[in-house]
Amino acid sequence: MSGQQIEIILARQLADCLSVPVFIVGPEGTLLFYNEPAEQILGKRFEDTGEMLVGEWGEIWYPHDEDGNAIPREELPLVKTIYSHEPGHKTFWIKSLAGKSIKISVTSIPVIGRSKQFSGAMAIFWDNDLKV
Amino acid sequence: MRIKLHGTRGAYPTSSKENQKFGGNTACIEIIDGDERLILDAGTGILTIDFDTYYKADRIDILLTHLHMDHIQGLGFCKPLFNPEKEVHIWGPGGSPNSLKSRLNRFLSPPLFPVMLRDIPCKLVVHELPNTPFALGKFLINAEFISHPGPTVGFRIQCGSKTITYIPDHEPVICKSHLYPEDEWISGFDLANDTDLLIHDSQYSSEEYEKKGGWGHCSLDIAVELSERTNTKRLVLFHHDPTHTDTHRIEMFEEFKKTHKLNIPIELAVQGTEIEV
Repeated sequence: MSGQQIEIILARQLADCLSVPVFIVGPEGTLLFYNEPAEQILGKRFEDTGEMLVGEWGEIWYPHDEDGNAIPREELPLVKTIYSHEPGHKTFWIKSLAGKSIKISVTSIPVIGRSKQFSGAMAIFWDNDLKV
Repeated sequence: MRIKLHGTRGAYPTSSKENQKFGGNTACIEIIDGDERLILDAGTGILTIDFDTYYKADRIDILLTHLHMDHIQGLGFCKPLFNPEKEVHIWGPGGSPNSLKSRLNRFLSPPLFPVMLRDIPCKLVVHELPNTPFALGKFLINAEFISHPGPTVGFRIQCGSKTITYIPDHEPVICKSHLYPEDEWISGFDLANDTDLLIHDSQYSSEEYEKKGGWGHCSLDIAVELSERTNTKRLVLFHHDPTHTDTHRIEMFEEFKKTHKLNIPIELAVQGTEIEV
């Protein structure tokens, strides 16, 4: 069995401690984990969605602009980070799995550990209408 | 393989008479197979190794899990370093903007130590541990980063059909009372999986850990849970807290055993003992 890289494990442990929504993906973009605050925005528990390929999570929440036009997944900050290994940021709308349209700001960072290998990425996202 | 426990204490050495049973020297173990040996960590335990009698070979390999003082403080007084005939290879974690050699040099140089690293008379070679398994003689070594402050690795060492795992400083899960249910989310899982012998941090009782989460060490309970999850065949509880007397440590372990059914041999590490795997 091959476990997650230590920096991804520690990222999850950090995410578990935060009240800010966090979304963690592996080096190929596979969704590995999102925390409870993220569940409130995305509209589904992680236990119910489980791991998802980038093609699935990049579309399931229907990212769109103010006018309702779909945003191609290549333009999503986390997807950009997966391919560029550089941080990204964008404000856009998603449709939660509960059906609600939510304006969010997403900041994504590459997770590169001490071995210098790209282990994945994590995104912090923010419900713009929510006061924490 | 034989494993000699030269130092089992965490944090700092102690000479208190209340700590004599488990020993006062800080982390150092030796792995022996025939004429071949590896030294893991260079706490004050390294000073009890009889280099004159046992080390006929000119080459000595010392593998460091990390550079916290209790794992390197014996290095400056280690006899082979001062013998020009000896070739000493020190292996340790990279992953820092400063090289391993320059980080070691911070300790092995004035004002902390009278001799500069570059003036040490042996033939000294410093290696940053590779990210992939590598061989030293009969030993196949795998070093992986684990959860502990600063660049820190655990070791899995295979010799023939046997493996031992050494993770002396480890907090597999931070501020939680149990490991994650999914194996792939457990720090150190692959190092310990199905190992014949796991030597693991167990510094605190679960009550103490509640006040010391994030300090980089784990409770006896978590150490045992990790050994069960990884199907370890034998567990040695290591890195005793220097503030715990032997009596307290034994009481802590006995108390734990009253509420837990142990499925494998589990023992408290005793300085000076030898374990056959």
